[in-house]
Amino acid sequence: MSVSLIELHKITKRFERPPLAPIEVLSDISLTVRSEEILAILGPSGSGKSTLLRIMAGLITPSSGEVLSAGRRLDGINNGVAMVFQTFAIFPWLTVLENVELGLINSSLTAEERRKRALEMIDMIGLDGFEGAYPKELSGGMRQRVGFARALAVHPEILLMDEPFSGLDVLTAENLRRDLLDLWREKRIPTKAIVVVTHNIEEAVYLSDRIVILQRNPGRVVADITNHAAGLDKRDPRFVSMVDSVYGVLTTREAKAESVASARRYVPMAPVGAMTGLVELLRDLGSRADLPNVAHELLLEYDDLLPLVEAAEILGFARVGRGDVELTRVGEEFADANVLERKEIFKRQALSNVPQFQAIIKVLKSKRDRRMPKEFFVELMEQHVSPAEAEHRVDTLIDWGRYAEILYYDEDSGLIYLEDSEDRK
Amino acid sequence: MTSLPYYVLRSVIRMVLAFLLSLAFTFVYGYIAAHNRVAEMVLIPLLDILQSVPVLGFLSVSVASLVSLFPGSILGYEIASILAIFTSQAWNMTFAFYQSLTSIPRDLREAASMLRLSKWQTFKYLELPYSIISLVWNGMMSFGGGWFFLAASETITVLGRDVQLPGIGSYMATAIRASSTSGLLAALVSMVAVIVVIDQIVWRPLVVWSRKFKVEMTASDEEPTSWVMELLKKSLLLSFLEDAFGPIGRFMAGYAERLRRGRRSGGRALRLISRVALICMDILIVGLLVRGAFWFVRGIWLLWSVLDIGDVLKVFYLGGLTLVRVMAAVFLGMLWTIPAGVKIGTTPRLRRFLQPVVQVLASFPANMFFPFVTVLYIRYHISMEIGSIPLMMLGTQWYLLFNVIGGAMSIPNDLNEASVVYGLRGIQRWTKFILPAIFPSVVTGGITAAGGAWNASIVAEVTSWGSTTLTATGLGSLISQATNSGDWAMIVLSISAMAAIVVGVNRLFWRRLYARAEEMRAM
Repeated sequence: MSVSLIELHKITKRFERPPLAPIEVLSDISLTVRSEEILAILGPSGSGKSTLLRIMAGLITPSSGEVLSAGRRLDGINNGVAMVFQTFAIFPWLTVLENVELGLINSSLTAEERRKRALEMIDMIGLDGFEGAYPKELSGGMRQRVGFARALAVHPEILLMDEPFSGLDVLTAENLRRDLLDLWREKRIPTKAIVVVTHNIEEAVYLSDRIVILQRNPGRVVADITNHAAGLDKRDPRFVSMVDSVYGVLTTREAKAESVASARRYVPMAPVGAMTGLVELLRDLGSRADLPNVAHELLLEYDDLLPLVEAAEILGFARVGRGDVELTRVGEEFADANVLERKEIFKRQALSNVPQFQAIIKVLKSKRDRRMPKEFFVELMEQHVSPAEAEHRVDTLIDWGRYAEILYYDEDSGLIYLEDSEDRK
Repeated sequence: MTSLPYYVLRSVIRMVLAFLLSLAFTFVYGYIAAHNRVAEMVLIPLLDILQSVPVLGFLSVSVASLVSLFPGSILGYEIASILAIFTSQAWNMTFAFYQSLTSIPRDLREAASMLRLSKWQTFKYLELPYSIISLVWNGMMSFGGGWFFLAASETITVLGRDVQLPGIGSYMATAIRASSTSGLLAALVSMVAVIVVIDQIVWRPLVVWSRKFKVEMTASDEEPTSWVMELLKKSLLLSFLEDAFGPIGRFMAGYAERLRRGRRSGGRALRLISRVALICMDILIVGLLVRGAFWFVRGIWLLWSVLDIGDVLKVFYLGGLTLVRVMAAVFLGMLWTIPAGVKIGTTPRLRRFLQPVVQVLASFPANMFFPFVTVLYIRYHISMEIGSIPLMMLGTQWYLLFNVIGGAMSIPNDLNEASVVYGLRGIQRWTKFILPAIFPSVVTGGITAAGGAWNASIVAEVTSWGSTTLTATGLGSLISQATNSGDWAMIVLSISAMAAIVVGVNRLFWRRLYARAEEMRAM
């Protein structure tokens, strides 16, 4: 019988940034973490998934909404939880043993009990023999094991994990994931629930019993899927079909477009070179492919792949639906063209499909010297998105514009100008 | 000369006391500034201003007030000397500590919260270890810089009275007055010996030990070494100390533990108390601000009644002259330190041998060299108007050299090889490759050197040998004359003017150059 451990009711998180309007990172999120489950929170960068995790931990207070922990309103750090960090966050000046003991320093245990508990954890997590080592003597995977041991040593009710495997190489990550799942399934840890934040679809499918998918600007829940493929082999048909359907959710219209207005402003972070590579690959695959396959071919994770797909879609090179991507006629033409023709096609598509270019050209043309500081455009974008995101978008537009020879940019002066400016040397 | 060891000991004690005071100040001020928003808004700009006030200017002010506190005793002068050294060390160390505290990665802070570490535990396990490296480096540099002010503050002429504190600086001053070359040499030799010994038995081991607190998890190729540290590791002394003090430490820890548990039951009350305490602190800070503003206005009013606009204009004219000298000193310093520093920095063999030497030279109080130079000036009739520039350089060029060596060392080897492959040679090699690569380091060195030159101007624009005194027209000499004659209005005016000019030049020139350098460094 599962009980609810953490309940989030209509959580919204805004970051104030006067004099601009506040940025909404999370919008109206309701979510329950139940006992006996591993919950994966999956989303692209900027979807506020780490913020959501920190709200559960009590590290961040939401702007509005309610967080209940074991039925009581959360105030300060959530007592029943422990956390594992992407960067491990272990203290470099303490040995493995001291790091693990640090979590118990304020418990009611005596010094001997603490030592015993810490050693047990170190043993269980496979750090035997490394008790006296300093973190810098360990490999990345071993360091994260220290992170796990430290978190599990306090016997938390809920274990929160913030992208715990994304700082590790593929093999190490796989190994550590399997070990964690074994500990959980064999009930060797007293933890009642695990919440893992990730941007890796296969990781979410491998580990969790339930996948909550977030989308960005602002972060909100677009799907809550029960997963029966946890722990299965990657080639198992059930695993493959689960990964496929998650891709399907991520590429549906409602999951992608935040709102009509912001969709028109959206510029995916996709450098021209990478997007071109994607179009070429699709052409080689017969103009149509399954997104998980493409991700596999390009060795990309989905949140690196999706912006490229979105860019190809915006420029009219590709169509996406239900986890498949297909080149359009223009896309095929682009793939088959030579370098100079490609620039021409790109320019045509960008001018007709990306409204921002029209806007920028209009501004530049209205100026006598046909130039404008980049900052001006960044600040315009900042009306709607965070400064970092605005900067990224303008940078992407500059990248596209330079490639298509629509506009130019001078890094030293920070000026964007039109190609036909007379006094450009 | 037999009393020299005793004098040296007195000086060292002064240095140690001043350093401990600086350290205590650093912890309290830096911690509050990093943890209290309201305090931060006041404390950090204030620190910035304090950093620009010439240290020797502080000295004259503090001597006058302290002497009146302890009439007829030398204690006031002792405290004033320690304060002078303190003011030369504390600001820079505090800044470093504050910056370390505010740059602790978010994940580590969150980990500490998730482990429910108390404030004290967070300080002990996270904040202090994280800032150790920066504290040791800045402490070492500040301690080295302190010798200059020690030498300057042991012989003070205030309000027309000469006061000598027993110490190596005053020993030297006496030798100068007696035109005794052997006395001078003895003082110089013992000074070098003290600097080298302290470096070897205190700072080197600390630097080696502090490596343990590096946050980057990769090992670097060039590890610093210390023979004292090696010795300590092998010796029985440490284990003896541990045996002796271990039980005491454990008892204290246990006691603290019990105290903490007792308090935990009253958590809510404690939280209330700490909240009230924080509010009280805010009120206190605002109160101090209001009071400070009041004193400021009153001071201006007082000044206005004594001085006229002509005085103000004169002070700024003299400030302009000193500014030219400071800039000339920095520029001339660059002329030789850039080629030399690049050579040393890119030649490992040379670096291993010369870097410790440069470090000792940087610590060596340059004002101890002044008399030798003065003798030359007198003999060859060189005007102090120009002659004071080399005097300023004596102390400050080492900062330039230091930074250039560091900059040259960090030039990526790939770039170096690329420049060779593409045949960059001669002038081009310098303008296209080396100078841009070390530019940020040169700017950093320039800022430090200029700051040092301003401080030095107070003693570098007036020097003497025997009964002859050489004076240059400038703000520095004006400050020392005003201090000698006890002209309060002029002291306050000239010191404020110097602080204002330093702040102004930093904001308008150095900061911009630095921002530009930072931009260049970013890839």
